Amino acid sequence: MTLIVPLVFLLGIVIYQVISGAIVPSETVTRIGYVDNAGGFTQYNEQGSIYLAQYAKVEDAKTALISGDINEYFVIDPTYYSTGVINYFTLEKQLTPPPETVTAIKQFMTANMLAGKIPQSDINLINSSLNVVSTRLTDTGAVSTEQGGIGDLVLPMIFAILLYFSIIFTSSYLIQGLGDEKENRLIEVLLSSVSTRQLITGKVLGIGAAGLISVVVWVICTPFIINYATASIGGIFSYISLSPSFFILCIVYFILGYLLFAVISTCIGAITPSAREGQQLAVIFTLTAAVPLWFSSLIIMYPNSPVCIFLTIFPLTAPITLVARLGSTDVAAWQIAVSIGVMVITITVGLFLTIKIVRTFLLMYGKRPTLGTIIRSLRSS
Amino acid sequence: MVNVVEIKHITKAYADKVAVDDLSFSIAQGEIFGLIGPNGAGKTTTIKMMMDIMKPDSGEVEILGKKLSEATKDKLGYMPEERGLYKKQRVLDTIIYFATLKGMNPHLAAERANQLLEKTGMLPNARKKIDELSKGMSQIIQFIVTIIHEPQFIILDEPFGGLDPVNTELMKNILLELRREGKAIILSTHQMNQIEELCDRILMVNHGRSVLYGSLVDIKSRYKNNAVFLDYQGELGKVPGVIEQHAHKDHIELVLDGKTTPQQVLKYLLSRNIVINRFEIATPPLNEIFLKVVGKDNE
Repeated sequence: MTLIVPLVFLLGIVIYQVISGAIVPSETVTRIGYVDNAGGFTQYNEQGSIYLAQYAKVEDAKTALISGDINEYFVIDPTYYSTGVINYFTLEKQLTPPPETVTAIKQFMTANMLAGKIPQSDINLINSSLNVVSTRLTDTGAVSTEQGGIGDLVLPMIFAILLYFSIIFTSSYLIQGLGDEKENRLIEVLLSSVSTRQLITGKVLGIGAAGLISVVVWVICTPFIINYATASIGGIFSYISLSPSFFILCIVYFILGYLLFAVISTCIGAITPSAREGQQLAVIFTLTAAVPLWFSSLIIMYPNSPVCIFLTIFPLTAPITLVARLGSTDVAAWQIAVSIGVMVITITVGLFLTIKIVRTFLLMYGKRPTLGTIIRSLRSS
Repeated sequence: MVNVVEIKHITKAYADKVAVDDLSFSIAQGEIFGLIGPNGAGKTTTIKMMMDIMKPDSGEVEILGKKLSEATKDKLGYMPEERGLYKKQRVLDTIIYFATLKGMNPHLAAERANQLLEKTGMLPNARKKIDELSKGMSQIIQFIVTIIHEPQFIILDEPFGGLDPVNTELMKNILLELRREGKAIILSTHQMNQIEELCDRILMVNHGRSVLYGSLVDIKSRYKNNAVFLDYQGELGKVPGVIEQHAHKDHIELVLDGKTTPQQVLKYLLSRNIVINRFEIATPPLNEIFLKVVGKDNE
């Protein structure tokens, strides 16, 4: 997966280049009819790829709609100036009229209402989209080096998704491996050579190292892929900015996330009689890790809300939440410190408990201990 | 002889049963020790306590004169009944990996692995993956993994299961060689003929308790009938002191009364000029002793 992810992104860019070169933009003009009962709407009939064709009467427009000469039609009543309502007629079942149609009609209406009253250039300005250029300042009033914007969201969300899938694959791999070792009694051969503590710590640290390698490879590949995407596709990729602090935190939380879920998966693998049952039990934890992705829109729009802060500190959701939040806001240093501290403590305590649980239940073949049994065993040991 | 293993009054109970009940035995250097018993007798639990995979509820386990620790584990070799190896790993890599877990230097491990592979005729398979081997071949590899680090104490649980006669003979010869080198070996198997052939002393457990313990010769002597096996030519007739005769495939068994000795019977047969091809004091096979003891213990 470490190498596949950058390759998939590169392949995506290549495929985009091939497809965008092969597709010829459509030159079809959409015809929309209208009936002007209010008067004064006779100009500016061409609105991009939409042509507004005037009909004298509603019946004529209806006939043209049914015969397929036009796609839709609308009626401008004399009461428009007081109500602002346009009646729109179509043969298709729609949730709302298509946005491009609404835009074309609005621009048509605006241009006709202002025609002759203000210069044409002003009409064009009113009809064009508002171009807001945002500049972020620091506390001292200087221009900030990290401007934010939509480009800042892309990488964190991609890394958050990558982290989630990495956690799932790792968890599944650990549980399957431990299940196989139990099933073929390989675990007994291993335990005749190393202690339980060495075995479990080795598995957890090994997976943590694998996570470190994965994230370092991705971090190294990211600037090259961004540059290639910017040159080939442009668009939003031109706005993606790379912040060193983001990458450092990404690496830290990748490792912590890997370690935490490695500890959980090892514990599950030890107490479940088969890998299949282990995978089922692991779903509880992996689904919890996905909570930040379910609430990604909340994280993007309200990144400093109490819910987001809680998700940043709660160990199971902390890695993905923090990585996702970094695209929308500067996460307070105290939150990062508390989050990392809680995760380190959770991993350490979890590892300690896992070693105890593994030692007690690893060789219980064919049966899963109940939660009560596990707690009693931990207390007595 | 120095005792490599000292087990003193170990007990292990699970929620629903007592698996091992006040068991004591010892194993000396340069000895092959047979651990036998019916299914569920407590053999595997005893083995796991010896390897510190499980802790006894009471009693002591001493390996090489002290409690089992990480350092002592390096001097121990264990071959479980189920063959446990990483299926997608290559043979040579597997052996080297497990050898390094026992503290062996990787280069030395590679060298010794090649030697053992050659000795067992497995060298052509060194680059194959474990799941490409037959059951018998993977068993040989598992055996190599068990002994590569030259352990002083070796535990083998059903090592001959699934092996063809050639590989069985090969493994037996290696075990005898290891014994000559002074290794202590525990052999746990249901194949009584292998126990009789290889073991110096045995322990039979049933319901977690010791029911037979001691040298094989002594035990067989204890359970012998007063009988002889005879293969002869000519007419035998009635032999004084013989109360029963049982015909077997290639000999007859003469059961003597309590006052007649085998030597007296031999003297009589020689005086009758009967041509004797074979005359042997009958000792019961271990299988028969096993059935007798277990049957009695279960009453």
